[in-house]
Order: sequence, then C-alpha cells, then structure tokens
Amino acid sequence: MTDAVFMTVVDREGRVHRQEVPLNVSMNLMELLKAQGYPVEGVCGGMAMCATCHVEVQRGMEKLPPLNEAEQAMLDALPKSYPSSRLACQIPLSEALQDVVIRLAETD
Amino acid sequence: MAVQVPPHIHTDVCIIGAGPVGLFAVFECGLIRLRCHLVDYLPRPGGQLSEIYPKKPIYDIPGYPCILAQELVDKLLEQIRPFKPGFTLGERVESLVKNEDGSFTLQTHKGTTIHAGAVAIAAGLGCFEPRKPDLPELALYEGKGLDYMVSDPEQYRGKAVVVAGGGDSALDWAIQLCQVARHLTLIHRSSSFRAAPHSVERAYQLAAEGKIEILVNTELHRLLGNGRLEAVEVRSTTGEVRTLEADACLPLFGLSPKLGPIARWGLDIQNNQIPVDTEKFQTSVPGIFAIGDINTYPGKLRLILCGFHEAALMAQAAFRYIRPHDHLSFKYTTVTGIQGL
Repeated sequence: MTDAVFMTVVDREGRVHRQEVPLNVSMNLMELLKAQGYPVEGVCGGMAMCATCHVEVQRGMEKLPPLNEAEQAMLDALPKSYPSSRLACQIPLSEALQDVVIRLAETD
Repeated sequence: MAVQVPPHIHTDVCIIGAGPVGLFAVFECGLIRLRCHLVDYLPRPGGQLSEIYPKKPIYDIPGYPCILAQELVDKLLEQIRPFKPGFTLGERVESLVKNEDGSFTLQTHKGTTIHAGAVAIAAGLGCFEPRKPDLPELALYEGKGLDYMVSDPEQYRGKAVVVAGGGDSALDWAIQLCQVARHLTLIHRSSSFRAAPHSVERAYQLAAEGKIEILVNTELHRLLGNGRLEAVEVRSTTGEVRTLEADACLPLFGLSPKLGPIARWGLDIQNNQIPVDTEKFQTSVPGIFAIGDINTYPGKLRLILCGFHEAALMAQAAFRYIRPHDHLSFKYTTVTGIQGL
C-alpha cells in the first residue's frame, strides 16, 4: 500500500503546485492545504459552514466522495460557485486524490 | 434639529471582539478590578459561535463533555454579568491610536470613541463581513439602494425589493420584507433552496399568494440606476436576461471573515495573524494585547480553551500596564468569590 499520492493545486495567483498527499493521517484536504501554507482559513474547522476552503475541482471530480447535504447547502448560499465546486474540508485524504487537480476559489 | 453626538466611552480595557475569548477576558479582568468595554461588528455577542455554528456541539470545553456553541456563549455572558461590561455592537473599530500617556483612543466606523488604558484584540479571524456578488458596479450603489444587511425593515416599506441568495438569511428576510415591500422578488442561483425547510415552505406559500416572486436558476447580472439604484438585470442559467424594477437590492450571501482595519494599526502582522509573546500575549505595541484565534506564537492552537488561558495571562499584564504602581495579588475565586464591579 502506498503512503502518499500526488495531486495538483492551482493557487489564487494561477501558480501550479505538485502536492504530496499523505495517506497515513486522519486529515481532510482543508487541513492539508492549511498545513502546507496555502491561504485557506478553514474558519469553521471543517463543518462545511464557512466556505473559506472553497475549491474548484478541475480534474478528477468523479473520483471524489459525493457532496453531502451540508456541503451542498453551503455552496448554494455563496454568491458564486462552479459546477465542480467543493469544500476541501469535506474531502478526506485518500488515494482518490491521485492526479486530481484543484484550484483555490477566489475569496469574497 | 437635534444633532446626535456619537458616544464617548472611558474604560480600563477595550476588548475588540465579543466572541468566547473576548467575553472570558471580561471575567479575568473583572477579578482584578479592571472594567471592560467590548466592541464587535456583529450585532450580538458570541462571534463565530453565534454567527456560524450556534447549534453545533463543542466537546473540548473543560467540565462540559458536550455543550452547544450558543449555550457556551450564554453561559459566558452570565459569568461576566457581575462585572457589568459595556458593549458597542454592530460597529467596527476603524482606528486605534496610542496616546502620549500610554493610553489608547479607538474610534468605530459610526463615530463612537472609546478611551482605554489597554486594548485586547480578540477578533478571531477579523470582522465578519458580507459576501458580495462579483459585479463591477457594486460601489456605485452601496448605501444607495444596495444593502448587504437589513438594519430597519421599515426602510423598505412601499419599495420594489430584490433579494438575492438561497440560504436562511435570504429566505428569512424575503419572508419578512414582503409584508412591507410593494413588490418583492427573491432570486437564487440554484434550482432549490437549502434554507430551513419551514422557511422554504413559507416562501413558496407566499409566492402562491402573490406576495413574493421567486426566480430560481437566476443570478444578479447588472445593477442599473442614475446615482441611485433603479433596476437590476438578472440572468437565468439558460442565458435569458430580464430587467426587474428595484428601489432596493439585498444580496444576502452570508458572512465571511476579513482582517479589515486591524492591518492598518501599525502592529506586526504575519499571515493575517498577530504575533505575541506567551508571557503577556502582548503585540509589538506595548499595551495592545492579542488573544484567541487572531494571535500566533510557537505552538499556537486555535482552540477556545487556549484563548481562555491567554485571556487570564493578558489580564494580569494589562493590569501591570495600566496601573504599574499598584500591587497585584493573585487570588483564587474559591477563596474570594466573585466581587462584581
């Protein structure tokens, strides 16, 4: 079993980062992005209630776990979202993130 | 005509931010006879606990295996009541100036002035400000028909109002304002509303009665007017554009934290956080302290309980800053009880 996979993160300035995703930790994608120093606040701590970890999945949306009710509700309440918008806090770190590309959404 | 003079307040410690850590700071200051005044941009105390997750359980407050966020806020308010803190709510501190004698003068965006011996910034992640739609002409109409919050429903009486949004706030205000507005349109980007089911049901009931016009799969496209808002252009997901008469437009997309004016007060700031020492929780400016989620130091954990600890040590340091010649003795509440101010 692999210890890590790699995904791609596009930051708000359009810079592209190859990001290692550890698999042996109990974390979600918001926590990983924060820990890696990306400008992701995660104000609500992962409850899908603030949207400060809003990302657009540019590749691999179909591999990720489906949106839950709380996540869908939060995304619906935003002034702008995308067909492949997700809240990073609702995506657990897993092998499914291999080759996934996300873009950090604009802050309001 | 009488001119309303903005309040001028004197206090020992001005606490910026009325979240859990700001509230507990009142208690710790009160124990050592320091009076506190709290200022918060939100209209009620509680910070993100009351605003974002009031009904969520919290499991890591010592002594409470589980407590709802709003319940914790209510208990903190009860705990600090003997110390009679002052509150300025719904106002954002714009300026913070250190006076020659070491005291501080703060001014809010509404002109309230607070003179304080010391300042504790307990502002969490900054001010919760409304999320705004991405329209270039927003600034032209802000305060001229375009509002992000409702302060007085009466100001919409007899007007054509467009409310945009799909959450609780948009639904609740649409339901309330349709009672006073001449015409109310509720537009929502998505096909269904995710607000509380009873609100959604009520909104559709009002739509059936002809009191609300609901447009789903529709978003704000353009604001039109001449110095004042007169109409809004909305666009459906299929690209159809429609113009709606609008004396007022309320984009209600919830709140998002912004560091805001704090960044302009001359404090050292790193990654939107204020570095402090872990003895006094003092910032780069003596007499200005920072506690809770807004500060940073080696090993910092963004936990309410850590903020409580920081508040206790900050209070001791603030006392020594304000009253350097007075004797400060540490006493346990189990020995002395609580003596109100």
